[in-house]
Amino acid sequence: MSEPRFPYSRGRHADPVPDALALTTDRLSVCYPGSDRVALRDVSIRAPRGSRVALVGPNGAGKSTLLKAVAGLLPVAAGTIRIYGNPLRACHHRVAYLPQRGDIDWTFPITVSRFVLTGRYVHLGWFRRPRARDWEVVDEVLDRLGLGALSDRQIGRLSGGQQQRALLARALAQEADLLLLDEPLNAVDTETRDVIYTVLAELKAEGKTLIVATHDLGRLADAFDVTIHLQNGFLVEPPENDARDTLVTEGAVWAG
Amino acid sequence: MGWLIDPFRYPFMQHALLAAVLIGITCAVLGVYVVQRRMAFIGDAMAHTTLPGLVIAHLWGWNLAVGGLAAAVVTAVGIAWVSRRQQVKEDTAIGVVFTGMFAVGVLLMSRTRSYRDLSHMLFGNVLSVTTQDLYLIAAVALVVLLTLWLFHKELELTSFDPTHAEVIGLRSGLMRLLLLGLLALAVVTGIQAVGVILTNALLVTPAAAAALLTDSFPRRMLAAAILATTCAVVGLVVSYFLQASSGACIVLACTVAFALAGLLTAVTRRTHRAD
Repeated sequence: MSEPRFPYSRGRHADPVPDALALTTDRLSVCYPGSDRVALRDVSIRAPRGSRVALVGPNGAGKSTLLKAVAGLLPVAAGTIRIYGNPLRACHHRVAYLPQRGDIDWTFPITVSRFVLTGRYVHLGWFRRPRARDWEVVDEVLDRLGLGALSDRQIGRLSGGQQQRALLARALAQEADLLLLDEPLNAVDTETRDVIYTVLAELKAEGKTLIVATHDLGRLADAFDVTIHLQNGFLVEPPENDARDTLVTEGAVWAG
Repeated sequence: MGWLIDPFRYPFMQHALLAAVLIGITCAVLGVYVVQRRMAFIGDAMAHTTLPGLVIAHLWGWNLAVGGLAAAVVTAVGIAWVSRRQQVKEDTAIGVVFTGMFAVGVLLMSRTRSYRDLSHMLFGNVLSVTTQDLYLIAAVALVVLLTLWLFHKELELTSFDPTHAEVIGLRSGLMRLLLLGLLALAVVTGIQAVGVILTNALLVTPAAAAALLTDSFPRRMLAAAILATTCAVVGLVVSYFLQASSGACIVLACTVAFALAGLLTAVTRRTHRAD
């Protein structure tokens, strides 16, 4: 993968620190700009390379906030985030973020394939046009998510589930190592659900690290290695009736 | 066809045609972004706020375009400053700043004796375009179109998904600033063709018509440019024969084109349904 000649932001292409975990946060606190409310408080998590982490908790618990902070979209109020041992924003080409569907203007006149192509932009930077290799990656991920036949369709003319798959396709096109997925399974049809779970399993096999906010508690056990429970911006112990042998404590430590 | 070519025997009409076509294409292509990003109101505001700049430039003997551009920059900064803490919403800030600037312009105009010289700033007079003006218009057209071409993928991405742009380190605020800068340039030339009050029509109407015709962004730009060119020619010819305001005729041609595009869309949709 060649580095962009004119990257969008300097210092974004640092190499991983050897033996560093994919993601660690240390006593991370996050506030939304213009608000005094702390959306996330003292959250410490450790995600080894190749792990699949589920973020669960009620709405407003801080799942999205955590993902956004790691994606560099929210300022860190206190604590630290390290990605492959590097500080935030040092290697963002390795980090793909899948937003909730509502964050995107779906009426925009752009085709599905060009939408997925935007996942390649971090590798292009200013002035460089997409190359044959970029389009190959796009075609590949579109087929993988069952969107090959819809590649020339305007993105607003997709069903909700297809839009969700297009978002995942874009995240895959980035060829990132750490994927932050915000509710990829929210309100999707069964076909999409199955496709997404298949892709998540494949990503695991490829050694990618996944942090997934989800409401789909039924499949936590087989689809994820570890579950993190959030409530009111705090890490909490899993509820009593959760039989999962997750070890989440203050300081949240588990072995990978 | 003689009647179509006839008006363009005169050098001033040839100048006007070249100017109108260049300005039309520049505004129309940029307008596709303006319409899609719902910045039409900002374009309108920019056009109005250039007035005090134009008047001051006229009084002090500067180049009018420079005065207009300076006023546009002051406005952009002013709007950003007033709405910086989000206590005042941006559209409100625009409303406050642009009406204030326009009032200053009108006040300055009413205090000068050469009121009639300045009336063409309000309504435009593409027939008085000089060779020097043409160079400036061509330069602006080149800068705007080249910039749009160079930064297309970034402008496109920040238009529909600023979040992804931020994640990969592309600051959407920067692209917005770039677009505002291009808007200021386009508006200043638009004023030469159709005046302060009608400039927004060149930015919005051809692009809005093109948006009705196609779902593809590049095709929208092409369609908007073709529509604007056609409207510039038709508007000039009509104004020549009616001895009427060229600016108003060009804008009305755009309005008619928009109505036709709407009609076409309605008809094709009905035929589709009948199938």
